[in-house]
Amino acid sequence: MTGLFSEVFLGALLFGAITAAIPLLLAGLGEQMSEKAGVLNIGIEGMMIGGAYLGFVAAFYSGSLWLGFLFGACAGIAVAALMALLCVRLGLNQIVIGIGLTLGLEGLTALLHHFQFSRSYPRLPAAERTEIPLLADIPVLGPALFRHHLIVYLAIALVFVMIYVYRRTQLGLNLQAAGDKPAALDVAGVDVIRTRTVAVLFTGAMAGLGGAYLANVGAGIFIPFITNGAGFLGIVLAMLARGRPVWVLLGALLFGLCLSLTTAMQVAGINIPTDVIQMLPFLAVMVMLVAFGRRGSLPAALGIPYERGAR
Amino acid sequence: MSIDTTRASDMATIEQSAAAAGRGHLQRRVLMTLGPILAALVLAGCILLAVGVNPLAYYGFVVERGLLSPTGIQQTLTRMAPLLFIAAGLIVAFRAGMWNLGGDGQFLLGAVIAAASAPVLVQVLPAWLALACAFLMATAVAVSWSLVPALLRAYQGVNEIITTLMMTFLGTSFANVLVKLAFLDPATTVPQTRTLPVEDRLPRLFDTTITSGLLFGLVAIVAVHLVMTRTAFGLKLRVVGANPKAAIHVGLGVPGLTVAVFAISAGLAGLGGAIDVIGVQGNVRADWNPGYAMAVIPAVFLARMNGFAAIGFVFLLSVLSIGGESAARRLGVPHHFTLVLVAIVLIMLALAEYIDHRFTRARRA
Repeated sequence: MTGLFSEVFLGALLFGAITAAIPLLLAGLGEQMSEKAGVLNIGIEGMMIGGAYLGFVAAFYSGSLWLGFLFGACAGIAVAALMALLCVRLGLNQIVIGIGLTLGLEGLTALLHHFQFSRSYPRLPAAERTEIPLLADIPVLGPALFRHHLIVYLAIALVFVMIYVYRRTQLGLNLQAAGDKPAALDVAGVDVIRTRTVAVLFTGAMAGLGGAYLANVGAGIFIPFITNGAGFLGIVLAMLARGRPVWVLLGALLFGLCLSLTTAMQVAGINIPTDVIQMLPFLAVMVMLVAFGRRGSLPAALGIPYERGAR
Repeated sequence: MSIDTTRASDMATIEQSAAAAGRGHLQRRVLMTLGPILAALVLAGCILLAVGVNPLAYYGFVVERGLLSPTGIQQTLTRMAPLLFIAAGLIVAFRAGMWNLGGDGQFLLGAVIAAASAPVLVQVLPAWLALACAFLMATAVAVSWSLVPALLRAYQGVNEIITTLMMTFLGTSFANVLVKLAFLDPATTVPQTRTLPVEDRLPRLFDTTITSGLLFGLVAIVAVHLVMTRTAFGLKLRVVGANPKAAIHVGLGVPGLTVAVFAISAGLAGLGGAIDVIGVQGNVRADWNPGYAMAVIPAVFLARMNGFAAIGFVFLLSVLSIGGESAARRLGVPHHFTLVLVAIVLIMLALAEYIDHRFTRARRA
């Protein structure tokens, strides 16, 4: 038991929690905008794995993590554009197309990985970290919380940007209306289709970025099916957060802690089979859903394609 | 007399035009199904070209190994057995407007329970009773796995898409835990359950290697189709699916029906797992997750939740997956390509349906 509460263990646990939370946070924030605008984005898992793959490839060949993030976000946007075209513009079933995109992207990235990397399984060097002056010198907490890659701080700052967007801007109001009463938004002279498209593309960018972070910083390697449900966890976060970005952050940190606990417990040599440990985050989700998943937390027009003049 | 003849001729013309319309309708259906599949094959072929594989060689190989060769077609028909059960379960859920995306977890748990119970039971009970008990237990466990999403949806209104997905991640891990800790075969070094002797498995059909599970699967999906289209219970479920609020107004016990739908859907998926184990695999290895349910979802949707059409799409999926597995060994194209192909077919068919819909509406207007 001495190993469990040592400073090293605690530090590694918290550091891992932040690292694991960032992809969930990005996916959750992205999905939140989609859901606010009335599009249930099941394809987010596909956008994430697309971002993870392209982000890894870009970072691997260019040697620049930032280029990796950029390409990851672009891959997410590309998948999201397809989703927006099919589900927002043409009004096809969001769940079916979402599942199709997820399956397709999982298969495609596994296929490409097989032909490109399956013999070598290359790794990226460890990501450079940005230390926040003074705070990084706090014992235990400093190295765990304030010595991460710069994008971690940017992702957390994004939470507050989102709060501002939803509370103070016309766009935030439009998004809300597109999800709650699209016809009213249309009457007000705002293009519902365009508003929803913007939301879906934003989701793609965030999911792709989250995927790229997962592969490049979190794991340092791309392996097929690496996201393993992270996108779906993002959907859960968005659903439980009820439109509030801060709750997405808190939820992501909580799930991140669960995920980190699974690795930390394995490292600490606690004798629990990995499969039991792997159930932990999903068990946490189910407990959260049983406890807080009440009625009325979703926009009224969620999942319903908007068609002008339809009754 | 004259009146009669005119009536008869009227009837004849009506029948003729109806037949012609029916033929036209069928023709268009076939066209609207084959066209997109062809387009998808071309698109997917471009991906193969991009990774340096000759698409014609690949498709030829898949068709040869999955459809034309004697062993291949038998494997394909055997593969259909579990898929048909999963499809039957999905038809019930989708028609009732509930998105049971947790089929993989339910399938695996059913498989593990069957694999754990059947080898023990056959030693103490007559074979048919032992297998029946194994099927029953597998079904019961799969049903219980769907209980949490069902109750959450029925009484709390929690979206079932998320809960079933989460339960499927939990279920796959839990199935692994069961295989590695509870039901491990001590006689082997590979982590797997005890193996059911071949003579105790479901009999094969005639002189082939096709499992008789295929017949059970066909019966299940046809029965589900008939229940959903021809019975009062099926109508109730469809009303719930079409408009839950209206269903409450009509006086239907929506929460109870919701739980029933999940139980049937998950039970069939679990039964599929049991059929696969008792008919084909004989045991469950650790970390075995074929991901059948996720692949069957597009097939069921493409069949427009029609049981008979679903049989056709499940057959297509089986050909692709058996042929794809062969191609993975021979041509070095990983079987993940099947997923890509299924996804592209799905999107193409959805697009075709949209275009068809717009076209008909434009013509009517």
